[in-house]
Amino acid sequence: MYRKMVQIRHFEDHAAEAYAQAKVGGFLHLYIGEEAVAVGAIAAVREDDHILGHYRDHGYALARGCDVKACMAELFGRETGLCHGRGGSMHLADASRHYWGGYAIVGSHIPIGAGMAYAMQYREEPLVVLDFFGDGATGNGIFHEGLNMAALWNLPVVFICENNLYGMGATLAEESPVSDMMIKAEGYTMPAVQCDGMDVLSVYGAVQQAAEHCRSGKGPFFVEAMTYRFRGHSMADPELYRDKEEVRRWRELDPIPRFGDFLVQHRITSPQELAEVNEEVEAEMLEAVRFADDSPWPDPDSVDRWIYAKPINSEAPEEVPSRAGNPAGAAT
Amino acid sequence: MAELTYREAVRSAMREEMRSDPRVILMGESITGYGGSYAVTKGLVEEFGPKRVMETPIAEAGIVGFAVGAAMGGLRPVAELMTVNFALLALDQIVNSAAKFHYMFGGQWSVPLVVRTVSGFGQLGPTHSQTFEGWFASVPGLKVVMPATPADAKGLLLAAIRDPDPVIFIEHSLLYSTKGEVPEQEGLEVPIGRAAVVREGTDVTLVGYSRMLLQALHAAEVLEREDGVSCEVIDLRTLRPLDYPTVVESVGHTHRVVLCGEDWRTGGFGGNLLSEIQDRSFDDLDAPIARVAMRDIPLPYSRKLEQQLIPASQQIVDAVRRMS
Repeated sequence: MYRKMVQIRHFEDHAAEAYAQAKVGGFLHLYIGEEAVAVGAIAAVREDDHILGHYRDHGYALARGCDVKACMAELFGRETGLCHGRGGSMHLADASRHYWGGYAIVGSHIPIGAGMAYAMQYREEPLVVLDFFGDGATGNGIFHEGLNMAALWNLPVVFICENNLYGMGATLAEESPVSDMMIKAEGYTMPAVQCDGMDVLSVYGAVQQAAEHCRSGKGPFFVEAMTYRFRGHSMADPELYRDKEEVRRWRELDPIPRFGDFLVQHRITSPQELAEVNEEVEAEMLEAVRFADDSPWPDPDSVDRWIYAKPINSEAPEEVPSRAGNPAGAAT
Repeated sequence: MAELTYREAVRSAMREEMRSDPRVILMGESITGYGGSYAVTKGLVEEFGPKRVMETPIAEAGIVGFAVGAAMGGLRPVAELMTVNFALLALDQIVNSAAKFHYMFGGQWSVPLVVRTVSGFGQLGPTHSQTFEGWFASVPGLKVVMPATPADAKGLLLAAIRDPDPVIFIEHSLLYSTKGEVPEQEGLEVPIGRAAVVREGTDVTLVGYSRMLLQALHAAEVLEREDGVSCEVIDLRTLRPLDYPTVVESVGHTHRVVLCGEDWRTGGFGGNLLSEIQDRSFDDLDAPIARVAMRDIPLPYSRKLEQQLIPASQQIVDAVRRMS
């Protein structure tokens, strides 16, 4: 878990650097500060349990063990990317690892996770779904629709609310009548627990309990992880809505040195070994950036690939009218 | 052949596919005990049980989001949205989820989902009388089907359920009680993406779908009887992907086209169709393409006012007469 958190931290640092060099475009949302949530939660479940995350999604992909190089290449928009450059930073996914992606319409994946859980329940598979979202999503109707259905049908889904105190630039007080999001699970008779999102073991314990509950057929469970993002909402955020002193106080709770200290204190590892982990991860990230930078761009002719799983050739051509050419093949 | 109503045809497609494929589930508002707002799902919960015919909360976005997830989890959900007006609440899940995942995640998985919904009117007032097929048809990643006959309703729904992509299947409330011959062979599908020439003619092509197909056929009879004009009538059946070759071929020998729709003139599906036909068939056209559509007015409750707005065969007849 320590290595995974360091991986995410270094990945994000390199992503930010590449963004500054205009090698990564669009929106870039960094997970720095929140690493313990994805890592603790995903370590607490089976490898074939299903994961859905939101747009700040690099952490879930790496915590699930997705290929680091392919993740970086996706940010660079290259053919070797996890989604062949079609999704970008907000839409990393690797179905082969049951990581179903970053979802960038806030809250939209909450009922999607419930629906996946229904498919598991339908086939009587002992699997659970982890559905991550932020405090901001709880103000959206789709959050309530998803929780309502999951509770109504007793579905094996763990809802994990990353409460980082801000919905983009809105403070908790501005976006919600309650500051503890777990209270919102109560109306759906859903058991809920709050954990320290800056402590990977606290998250691990909470999600382990939640997953066990779901797996035993008792229905959904709500976990609220109290956390904080050390960087802005995205690279474009001037952070006018929070003061530097608050950021400094949270940085003192940095989950990586905190867990490192724990490991050393309990003689599970040595400072030397931790330093080695950091060096190895840094080398891995440099290699990932090099790989992404050297990777080919997607073939321009492949731009209309994957629109449909079953294309039908009478689809309208995108540009050329059939008077001037053959529309066949323009589909997909 | 058996004679079925449009309603029975839709129901029999679901029943047959549920019998042959255990992955198929239905979900929607009041579709179990109530039997569905238009009684389409009547009797299905009795046969298949509540695990496969799911009564849902009144939560359209949640229903479609849930169905997308169930499809990703390996099921074949058919989600009923009571009317297309309520489907607006689910637009995000239809456009940003169902239509996008196959493309956005680089082809890793598809979303085999059918959203069944209903267009139509009948003194239902401004919020319950709309038709939005043009909106759905504008989205790459969706397939949009609008059957006009019981045979197509059944065959196309079978094809939609088996299709690996999300299909928006729009029925019409005023067609539910219409009757027609339906092949008795079980599981016989009508392929998505193919239009049908339902009446051959030489002078003008009438292009319609759903209820407007019946209006076009009626107009064709009137024009033949009263004017001696021979109309070719095309049923598009699928709006996306659209079968342009069939339309182009027809225009190639009639040289005149009237597009028959009942959605609003501004931004309606016919506008796009017009531009595409012009691109493909300009040299074949002897007259500007004509269009029958709803005036840009919300549909009022009062019967007198409503009747004045609803596109019908007379407007098609008038459009053809203006051409010659």
